[in-house]
Amino acid sequence: MTGRTLAQKIWNEHVVARGDGESDLLYVDLHLVHEVTSPQAFDGLRLAGRRVRRPDLTLATADHNIPTVLDRPVADPVSARQIDALTANCAEFGIRLYPMGDAGQGIVHVIGPQLGLSQPGMVIVCGDSHTSTHGALGTFAFGIGTSDVEHVLATQTISRARPRTMAVTIDGRAPVDVSAKDIILGVIARIGVGGGTGHIVEYRGAAIRALSMEGRMTVCNMSIEAGARAGMIAPDDTTFAYLEGRPHAPSGADWERALDQWRGLPTDPGAAFDRELRIDARELRPFVTWGTNPAQAVAIDGAVPDPESLDGQPARDSARRALAYMDLRPGTAMRDITVDSVFLGSCTNGRIEDLRAAADVLRGKHVRTGLRALAVPGSMQVKALAEAEGLDRVFRDAGFEWRSAGCSMCLGMNDDVAAPGERVASTSNRNFEGRQGPGARTHLVSPAVAAATAVAGHLAAPADLAR
Amino acid sequence: MRAVERVTGHALPLDRRDVDTDQIIPSDWLKRVERTGYGAGLFSAWAADPAFVLNDRRFDGASILIAGANFGCGSSREHAAWALEDRGFRAIVAPSFADIFRSNCLAVGLVTAELPEPDVARLLAAVASNPALELSVDVESRTVTAPALRYARSFPLDEASRSRLLAGRDEIDQSLAHERAIAAYEARRASWMPRLRPRA
Ligand code: SF4
Repeated sequence: MTGRTLAQKIWNEHVVARGDGESDLLYVDLHLVHEVTSPQAFDGLRLAGRRVRRPDLTLATADHNIPTVLDRPVADPVSARQIDALTANCAEFGIRLYPMGDAGQGIVHVIGPQLGLSQPGMVIVCGDSHTSTHGALGTFAFGIGTSDVEHVLATQTISRARPRTMAVTIDGRAPVDVSAKDIILGVIARIGVGGGTGHIVEYRGAAIRALSMEGRMTVCNMSIEAGARAGMIAPDDTTFAYLEGRPHAPSGADWERALDQWRGLPTDPGAAFDRELRIDARELRPFVTWGTNPAQAVAIDGAVPDPESLDGQPARDSARRALAYMDLRPGTAMRDITVDSVFLGSCTNGRIEDLRAAADVLRGKHVRTGLRALAVPGSMQVKALAEAEGLDRVFRDAGFEWRSAGCSMCLGMNDDVAAPGERVASTSNRNFEGRQGPGARTHLVSPAVAAATAVAGHLAAPADLAR
Repeated sequence: MRAVERVTGHALPLDRRDVDTDQIIPSDWLKRVERTGYGAGLFSAWAADPAFVLNDRRFDGASILIAGANFGCGSSREHAAWALEDRGFRAIVAPSFADIFRSNCLAVGLVTAELPEPDVARLLAAVASNPALELSVDVESRTVTAPALRYARSFPLDEASRSRLLAGRDEIDQSLAHERAIAAYEARRASWMPRLRPRA
């Protein structure tokens, strides 16, 4: 008998009704809601006279367009209306909300795991493409649009085509200066921004097993940047140790019951994936992007590629357009690219380990004169923890602004916007044109590289600072 | 959702691949709470360039968008589909679509027709040289045709999406018809699974 994959097990466990054709109706264990993609869904419910079926399986927070300086009011009246709408909708439909300023508030993909709400074997959805983050705990978690947000609010189910599966195995041990961010940037550079389309990716192998939960979340977070429907990692002792004792994790006899179930989730030996990719971790380097999509990346030791050297006309066209937008020339060493700003934060790299990694580089150093550097914790709890460890002092002493939790300059919906032409080294996940502000230029990097870059004033690895 | 059997009209050729939803509708537009009025934001950063194809008056009134591979990648914002819909687009033809974007389009009745890359290249070139070229995207027969080119090719569309498009049916009603199955599923969920309480 052939075994089943982690993805297949979770899928089968959640089928409410087999659909006609290729899709099934799946039960949703947790629905995360934020201010930007939900107002029209709540309006739809009101219009149709529907209720929220399971408010107790729904959690809301404000994260995308809120200011990260808390004593500042929401300056933009359009954003203020949207934040008010979320508050009113949650009150009307009985949904738990972590509003701006609350100790439990944070980026939606940071607070789910932090609360112990994201647990192995669950199906989790959110009107946000980086929902794949929760896959780090062995969940099937994916982003949905607003029509589907309304559908889940009303029915607690979602209809999806049966998935194909893809194994991405990172063998061996990664070099010490290679972080989780570098692993996933390396994967995306290899398979391309559409390389995972239609597939649920399961990350496997020694280099993945060696990662902390925070690192696994960074990896799963960026699955969507390869086009994957979801990314996931089988739960193991690292997962269980992370979950135990968190506010919503089961306890006592329930903990034992849950463990029993979770231990049966990992992919069976001999189970077949539709596609497999193997990467030797020893070949990985710290990666930085040069272009306008996350696959346009090279090792920091490398140079901006020549578009003419790429395979296929569409790839050459897209690289040429990217270099024009980024104002870069082929052959320029990545380390020679100077930046105006550094952004440390986002659902990719806004967790405590990310802040620690950056602070380790910054201790006793100062950011380059004239350079703007922002540290934005992923949640208010991460912020509090960092302050308890004295990291806020390290950042402030080094010349970083120390902010409250939110998406901030990851997408520039609040005041944290990069100016036209401004070049940013960013620990976020998207270097799309205009992502951090109209005309802004983004280089995606790891937290350690972001910190070193802030000090050097050009793209740099921590080891460069000692030279 | 509006029912759609067939989309016939001329097309806008957008010869770029990996077009992300941040380009289709920039995040500034996502602060709104309304469901309509996103058309003015469509490709607004690129449209600042007078040479951008959307500014070419010969393509005004196009109801079909033809684009490169992996169209609609990135953010899950359904606003991208709303902006296209608001500007009069009823179908998109591309070699491939990002998964979430495709779901969003089908949910609002915007037809996504996936064709082989060489076919899309041919259609892009044909439309660029003859903006009046008429195309048809037929949901019933799952076929894209361009009579003047003697072109016809079928595209994949799962049965559930096809019947929903044809009937203009609300998916929520359809799912709520499974009420007993949903309730039965809920009854057998493990009691230790997490639940939230609204704040008192
Ligand atoms: S931090 Fe960025 S990618 Fe993550 S949820 Fe917020 S806007 Fe989206």
